[in-house]
Amino acid sequence: MPVIQLCDVVALLGRFPALAGASLSVEAGETVLLQGPNGAGKTTLLRLCAGLVRPESGQAQVLGHDLSVDGRAVRRQVAMLGHATGLYEDLSVAENVSFWAQAAGLDKSLAAQRATGALARMGLDERLLSLPVSRLSAGQRRRASLAALAVRRPQLWLLDEPHAGLDQTGRNVVDELISDAVAAGATVLVASHELDRVRSLNPRVVTVAGGLVVKDTGGPK
Amino acid sequence: MKSLLSEAWLVASKDLRIEARSRVLTNQVAPFAVLVLVLFGFALDADQRTLRMFAPGLFWVAVLLCLLLAVQRSSAVESADDAATGLRMAGLAPAAVFLGKSAAILVQLLVLELLLTAGIIVFYGSSVKNLFLWLIAGLVTALAVAATGTLYGALASGLGVRETLLPILLLPVLAPVLIGATRAYDDALGAAAVDGWAWTGLLAMFAVVASTLGALAYGALVED
Amino acid sequence: MTNPTSSVATTGSPGSRALGLATLLGLVGLLVLAFVLTEPDVRIHPSTGQEIGQFDAVRLLYLHVPMAVITYVAYSLAAFASAGYLIKRTPWWDVTAHAAAEVGTVFCFLVLVTGSIWGRPVWNTWWEWGDVRLMTTLILFLMFVGYLALRRTAADPRVQARRAAVVALVAIVDLPLVNRSVEWWENRTLHQKSTLGELKIEDLTLFTLMIGFLVFLMVFAWLLLHRFRVGWLTLAAGEHQVAAAIKERRAEADGSEVASAVGETS
Repeated sequence: MPVIQLCDVVALLGRFPALAGASLSVEAGETVLLQGPNGAGKTTLLRLCAGLVRPESGQAQVLGHDLSVDGRAVRRQVAMLGHATGLYEDLSVAENVSFWAQAAGLDKSLAAQRATGALARMGLDERLLSLPVSRLSAGQRRRASLAALAVRRPQLWLLDEPHAGLDQTGRNVVDELISDAVAAGATVLVASHELDRVRSLNPRVVTVAGGLVVKDTGGPK
Repeated sequence: MKSLLSEAWLVASKDLRIEARSRVLTNQVAPFAVLVLVLFGFALDADQRTLRMFAPGLFWVAVLLCLLLAVQRSSAVESADDAATGLRMAGLAPAAVFLGKSAAILVQLLVLELLLTAGIIVFYGSSVKNLFLWLIAGLVTALAVAATGTLYGALASGLGVRETLLPILLLPVLAPVLIGATRAYDDALGAAAVDGWAWTGLLAMFAVVASTLGALAYGALVED
Repeated sequence: MTNPTSSVATTGSPGSRALGLATLLGLVGLLVLAFVLTEPDVRIHPSTGQEIGQFDAVRLLYLHVPMAVITYVAYSLAAFASAGYLIKRTPWWDVTAHAAAEVGTVFCFLVLVTGSIWGRPVWNTWWEWGDVRLMTTLILFLMFVGYLALRRTAADPRVQARRAAVVALVAIVDLPLVNRSVEWWENRTLHQKSTLGELKIEDLTLFTLMIGFLVFLMVFAWLLLHRFRVGWLTLAAGEHQVAAAIKERRAEADGSEVASAVGETS
């Protein structure tokens, strides 16, 4: 069964149809690159798959859950990286990761265990971990956000322009994260303008424009 | 039920930890509370005897003004870097988030009430005649306004006008609480001959209704 | 640019125009009865023999009391429709709640104003803090001013509808608590002491009061009907906008597909 099954989905932001009839089918373990001009609807597509945006019409199923009925059931199994960091500025990196892990349902000790691993993977220097997030650079915050998400070991990753604003090291870290996720059997959707970087992962390329999926190098024919 | 409480505890301790780090309560709200008492002193231009008579009412008005700040802050913490979306994604029960955030505001209000009591003792010459009533009425009122405030904080959030919309939504609803708490403190501080315990009962009922309604409605309110 | 495709230029209809005409006639009749035909309240004091009473001020009775009743009818309807919306989630309930709340708030304001004007000569004050009904009505008014303020924010319509429904219901649930607390607070009330108690409400006075209820009910119905229709048309216009926006959006897609084929995507 496909991990994501969208058929003619319309999604509104207020009165604006961010998605105007998008269709997409993604199987487990696939890596998908979403490309398209700004305002095309890539972010809304990702947020829809995360169960954050309710479809106005059309069929939308993610991980077996019908999104028009209840988007909440999907969320715990999905990791979404948006434009904002989703971190509490006044808390330290370690405290943030621990909180978000426990919030996702992990018990305290498991959360602590996985947090150490995830933070190391993200290449965050140990000395940064006890600093409040407000003292970190944008790139470091992005990596901390990804660590907080990685702890959950989600089946589906939704990344909205993960490379944006990062330096070379940061970008490498993101690429490694994606490879790790793919190796672990997760499905990854990445919206990015950084076509060259992501192309190295040999993804399926889906072009979004005007709220529709207009081109697709993969998927059912 | 256990997981609801543990989730609420997680959220409450997170909010309180943030407060401990940022010290918004101690550095900003607490001085504001004292300032309100001082402003009343200037505005009323009265002798201590008259101020002592009005002290319960002035006390609770000051608490309500601090409540507005506390609720705004609680809401701002979540919207700053869109942690609110993170809370939705994490799958926490909305009722747990509501209870947790209310509990954090409750703790902060109790601290402020302690400070303000010291304030009215010093500035208005009040004295606590019935310590037990002072304690219980203060606790129950704080619970009532913390729960109502958290609910209305969610109602007013995400619209870009939270600062101005929250007061007009929240304060009229709290009118019975202001009336009740003032009368309860009239008794506790010996400012007037009233049955403070009867009023405390009404406040307790308000607190229970507000907490229940809040827990039920919060989920629907934070969804898009 | 989209235009509402509905051909309706007004919210009037033959039925509402008939109602409107009847209401106007009723209002005229009421005003004649209230301000011309009925007697002012003049009584002779038992011991001093002086003329006492509310004199001409009592005429406001015929406006104030019916409007107060209508206010409660309107807000009850708003609360009921809000509950209906939260259960059924269809727009009809939401538009009804909004319309009832808005019209109710207008009436509530008029109740407070006529009450104040009436109170001045009779109670010798524009406002009385200890009065239960007055305080409760004031708080009710403020709660729905907040409701209307929320309604005017630029939120997603569904979000707004949900939140407004919660605000309306909490306000109504809060109302008995407001009433109870004010009642305990000040046991006296000017409302109970005077006004309706000492007046002789019989014959023409009673008749005029009844006419007052009827006429204001008609005014309420007429206003509610039109306000509902305005809300309904606004909703329909919004939906047309969405349908048109979807078309435009899809057209945008065709345009940029050409662009991407040529290799111009950013």
